[in-house]
Parts: sequence; C-alpha cells; structure tokens
Amino acid sequence: MRDAVADLVRDGDTVAIEGFTHLICFAAGHEIIRQRKCDLTLARMTPDVIYDQMVAGGVASKLIFSWLGNPGVGSLHSIRRRIEDGDPAPLEIEEYSHFGMVCRYVAGASNLPFFPIRSYYESDIPKVNPLIVPMTSPYEDGTEVYVVPPLRPDVSIVHAQRADAAGDAQIWGLLGCQKEAAFAADRVIVVVEEVVDESVIRKDPNRTVIPGAIVDAVVEEPFACHPSFAQGYYDRDNTFYLAWDRIARDPGTLDAWLDEWVHGLASHGEYVEKWGDAHWDALRPGAALSGEVDYGRYA
Amino acid sequence: MSIEPAADLDYTKSEIMIAASARQLAGVTNCFVGVGLPNIVCNLAQRTVAPDLQLVYESGAYGARPERLPLSIGDPTLATGATAITSMFELFAYYLQAGLIDVAFLGGAQIDRHGNLNTTVIGSYEEPTVRLPGSGGACEIAIHARRILVIMRQAQRSFVETLHFRTSPGHSGDPAHDAARGWSGSGPTNVVTDLATYAFDQATGEMTLMTLHPGVSLDDVRANMGWKPRISEDVGITEPPSADELRLIRHDLDPKGVHTR
Repeated sequence: MRDAVADLVRDGDTVAIEGFTHLICFAAGHEIIRQRKCDLTLARMTPDVIYDQMVAGGVASKLIFSWLGNPGVGSLHSIRRRIEDGDPAPLEIEEYSHFGMVCRYVAGASNLPFFPIRSYYESDIPKVNPLIVPMTSPYEDGTEVYVVPPLRPDVSIVHAQRADAAGDAQIWGLLGCQKEAAFAADRVIVVVEEVVDESVIRKDPNRTVIPGAIVDAVVEEPFACHPSFAQGYYDRDNTFYLAWDRIARDPGTLDAWLDEWVHGLASHGEYVEKWGDAHWDALRPGAALSGEVDYGRYA
Repeated sequence: MSIEPAADLDYTKSEIMIAASARQLAGVTNCFVGVGLPNIVCNLAQRTVAPDLQLVYESGAYGARPERLPLSIGDPTLATGATAITSMFELFAYYLQAGLIDVAFLGGAQIDRHGNLNTTVIGSYEEPTVRLPGSGGACEIAIHARRILVIMRQAQRSFVETLHFRTSPGHSGDPAHDAARGWSGSGPTNVVTDLATYAFDQATGEMTLMTLHPGVSLDDVRANMGWKPRISEDVGITEPPSADELRLIRHDLDPKGVHTR
C-alpha cells in the first residue's frame, strides 16, 4: 500500500476512493494521510467517515460529492467545520445528486463529453453548480434534460473481495460505482482482501468487475475497509461509526485519534494488530454461500 | 374529536408515525427505502399490509429481505437474500428514471406547503449556518417515484413558509404546470408527522390536514408549522398503532429502540 500510494497518488490530484457504504478502502485513505499528500480534490458520492478523516488530516482542498453525512449516524463534523466556519481553512465544494455523480463517472468511463439525465428539474442544485446544465433533446420530442460533465479522476482506489495478481477483480454484494470510477480514472489502485490464482477468477467471469488491463497496482490488504465492510468477510463496525461522531466533534480529540491510529502506525497491518483478534472475530458474519452455476465446457 | 392526554398513551410519537406510514403502503408492490424511520416503516409494511412489497435501496439492493434492521441503506444484510443487486447506474437509470418505482420515502430539514424539500443548507448556500447532507438520490427520486411519502417531525423551523434551499421539487402550486411537467412521478401525496397526517389537495397541490393523532389538537398543529394549514372538511383521528404493529416494531424491527423511543 505504501508504494502504491507513493507512486500513484500525487499532490494536487483528483482522487476517488469509491464504495457505497460497502468496500470503502479506509486503509488507502489512512496511507494518503500518513504520507501527507496535499491539495487533493477528493471525489466520492458519499464522503463518509473516510473523507472526514482525510479532510481533518489536511490532504484535501476540494470535495466533489452527492451526499455528505455519516450514514445512519449523522454529520461529518470535520468537513462541516471547514464548510460552515472555514475552520481551519475553507474547503471548496462541488455537489451533485447521486444519479448525477454516477453519470459523471459513466461519462468519464465511456469517453463522453457529457451525460444527460432527467433530474434537477425545479431544484436549486443547478443554481449553485454551474456545471449542471439544461439542454434540449435534438430529436423531435424536444425533451428537456440536464447534462453533467465527465469525472475523470487522476487516480481511483477501489476495494474488491478478491483479484488475481494482474488485478482482475471480483466483487459481490453492493457494487456502488466501483466499476465506473475505475474505468473513468487515469490510474487505478485495486485493494483486495485476498489475491487469488487466476484460475479462481476464470471459473466465474461474470463476477469480474474490473479487468487487470486498467489496473496499475494490486494491494492485498485484509480488513482494509474497516470500519466499512466487505460482504462475506466482515461486517460494518457500526460502533466505530457512532464513536466517530463523538471523536470528530472536537478538533483536539480528532487530531489525537489521527496521531494514534494513523500517524502513529506504520501500516494497516499495525492497525489490524492494534484492534486485536477479538475485534475482528466479532465482525465476522455467518455463512451464506451462493449457489453454483454451470458455465459448461465447449471444447 | 376525542382527546386523550398524552401521558396515557402507551405508544411513542415515533411509533404512531411508523404505523400510520406503514398503512400507506397497503397494496404497494415496490418502495424505495430511505434511512432511519422509513427503513422501519417499510419493514413493518412488509410484515403487515404489503407482504409482497419489494424493498428497493438506492445502494442497488432490489427485493431486499433484511434479517436484521439495516443500520444504513448500504447494510450487508440488504445484499444477502435479495432478489437482485444492481449497479447504482442501473438502479437510478433503469428502475427509477424509467418509472418502475411505485413509492419512495423522503424527508428533510425543511418542507413547504407544496411538499418541496430542503436537505442541503440552513442559511445561505455560500455561508451556511448548518451544512446538511445534500441531495443524495432525493432530487431524482422526487421527480420519478410515482408517489412520494414524507415522514418528518413537525416544528416551526421545519414546516416553513419559504425553504432556504430547494433540493427536491414537490408541487409548484399550479396543478396545470405540474401536469404539464411530464415527470413519471406525481410528487408528494402524503405527509406523516409526529402530530398529524396530511394529503395534498388536488386543486392547489397544497398540504391538507387529514387526521390528528390521538391527543393532538388543532392548536398543537398550528403552533408547529410556519403557515396556516388547509384543513380537510372531514378531518379525523389517526388510528393508533395496533398491538400487532407495536409488537413487530418493538420486538422484531427496533428492539433497542434506536429510532422509536
């Protein structure tokens, strides 16, 4: 992880660490904070606790998003202080709706100049974001749509349950827009719970979301999504999401947390060790295996 | 109308909001579920008035059968056992934008008399007093879901004459304009608060008081909204939660009382 972030994330980059509640790669965010990257534009549909930590860690100057909250808990206090009070510095924001953000990635991934959607009608959102533009269909019905611009991150970091050494990555459970963010990006880091043999991937090609061809680095980092979750591997650590509300309310407490849990540790491996085995055991779900399908042999 | 003192009620304000909202889903085939109370409402409806209800979450879970109360709209329990898991593009484009969603729940920090919602800022956008989460999927949900149900606690600061920001469009106040918009959705149809239930007047698109919760007076309602409410000619009393509904809420859906006490 250290090398991937050092090589592929550069000061001033637009960085997308995607994952909709599921598969949010906190370990990558922590490594970016640890390496004290700066002036990043952070893009994510839901900034979540990870971007609250990164904004508090001083790596970001701008946020692109569609829903700014601690899911199921409340606010992101570090980001709110920056926006409401400019404390300790203003944070530039550019906001969309969820569908708008998804379609920005789709446009970026598809090499399109814009993407039309039926949204934003009679909403104030386009008034505060001039990049959301009304357009009339050139065809007979003349339907009014709004268009959003492509989002092409300099680097997208996506987590998956497993990939082979080449980066062919498989995801199950909620898909978010991992695929779209990866295809839209200039550079791609895939982080996985397990690196598996290529034959494992080839046995179930429908599950492959990201092909190794667009991947610049593959990092095996178990529990990298904590306190987010990896379907089938570990549950969301909701206790931590609740605790973050208290930690982030006070800048001093937040800084102390970053010192202890990010700067004070050399790697995610140390983070996993610091939480301890009992913590990870408690987050392990029961089993719910998928049925198998027969792809057939056509030799 | 019979007025019971609040102290004698054996259910909470949240519980009557949940039960009254769940009954709105009778016969509905699919519903876009939001965080918090709507989560419990939809799960209650699935166990009572709408056994065939497909729960749809913007995270891409379609036909979810959660074995525990989801902690968020992206909980892993929504994936295990679901009918389908779609990409977020498919969910918003093929399911929502194409008009397949029957009902969706929305709420917000502010609502106006026509059901427009603010989830973006209190104060000015440039220098907000309170920065709220923003749209999420709410803006497009408001436009495309065939019916919008709103669940919100009622207060002067939330039921306002003028929104600070219109995140999600409701009715315009001009039904001819609304009919000509060509949206697949018909906008908000009902609002359930901790005091009362409302529908929207066909002729004006204005929120109209339909029932008062037991123990709530008209003065209570008026004192907790920023405009003089239109009142239905046959205003009634909200049916309190049944023993069955309360048992499901307390024992199955929210045993820790996170959302209901």
